[in-house]
Amino acid sequence: MPKVKVKRKNPSLDMTPMVDLFFLLVTFFMLTATARPDEAIVVDTPSSVSEIKIPDTNVITITVGKDSRVFFGVDGQQTKEALLDKIGGKYGVGFTPEEKRTFSLLSNFGVPINQLKSFLSMESSARKEVNQPGIPIDSVHNELGDWVLQTRLTNPKVVIAIKGDNDADYPTVKRVIDVLQEKNVDRFNLITDMETMPRNL
Amino acid sequence: MAEIQEKADSGKGGKKRAKRSSTKIDMTPLVDLAALLITFFMLTTTFNKPQTMEINMPKKVKDESEQMPLKASNAMTIILGDNDELYYYFGLVEDEPEVVESSYAADGIRKVLTSQRVKSNEKMTVLIKPMEESRYKNMVDILDELKITDTKKFAMVEIADADKDLVQKQLGN
Repeated sequence: MPKVKVKRKNPSLDMTPMVDLFFLLVTFFMLTATARPDEAIVVDTPSSVSEIKIPDTNVITITVGKDSRVFFGVDGQQTKEALLDKIGGKYGVGFTPEEKRTFSLLSNFGVPINQLKSFLSMESSARKEVNQPGIPIDSVHNELGDWVLQTRLTNPKVVIAIKGDNDADYPTVKRVIDVLQEKNVDRFNLITDMETMPRNL
Repeated sequence: MAEIQEKADSGKGGKKRAKRSSTKIDMTPLVDLAALLITFFMLTTTFNKPQTMEINMPKKVKDESEQMPLKASNAMTIILGDNDELYYYFGLVEDEPEVVESSYAADGIRKVLTSQRVKSNEKMTVLIKPMEESRYKNMVDILDELKITDTKKFAMVEIADADKDLVQKQLGN
């Protein structure tokens, strides 16, 4: 009796369409991606129905954490280098080119100016560990006001956004707003999460 | 495609042909690499840009006498308190108006802001007075409610002792 031979099929499959698809996705993600900057502090922003988007560039972000620490961040490497020069000149602190470069790569920071030099000279891994005290905002050491003013002088196009935590206390936020108003900034943005508009009022 | 079928060698004529090696390529490592890259980019991408709420604060007035006093019939005050509490009253604090407790929920302050008393009066100005104990979320929430109810005239005002006393006296906490 002749044995029925089961024809063995080649188990390898054609991967080409899969590769095509994957590279398409890779390309897409590479082009749309803006790498998430590592923030010095994690904030959980409140939500609002507002649908205005924040611009991509020329933004000062003032972050208020839940423990009332204030952080300052601005985009643009040239802006940051020029800004550090001006602040250094005003407060009489000299910064080395190396420190300036480090500063221009920071997305935000929360150290007083007298500690800034030692903060910048740290190794980047040590810098993540350090507990940043926040930028002084009281009326005696109003460093936040200087940062904002000097940034606006360096780059007049900047818009100011406040990114506050849900649990940030109101007096701190109020103080930040007052600081901005002292520098004649009456228009600014509050960064919020998305929320759907309720339909029936 | 990448797989090209090899023609069977007829072997006629005894001609020595160079043996063709298969042109099939194993794509699996390529797929692995691509998948790895996809994962990396997906995880490092921030997709949605954050929303913002734009607010304009009034210019600081140096001369108090230039400001117009607000008429009692056109004033409504919302006080943001501790523990997400919220109170409101109509009129001015001097007249000892009745303070009502409300909430941020959909049937709370929103009902008041859409009521006839507020909507029918074009000059109605809402004063927001956050207490020191209130948190940032409260402020954003109330600004949001004003936006939802399309209330145009409002102002953020610092809370006065008179307001605090009024709440204390009427609600006793």
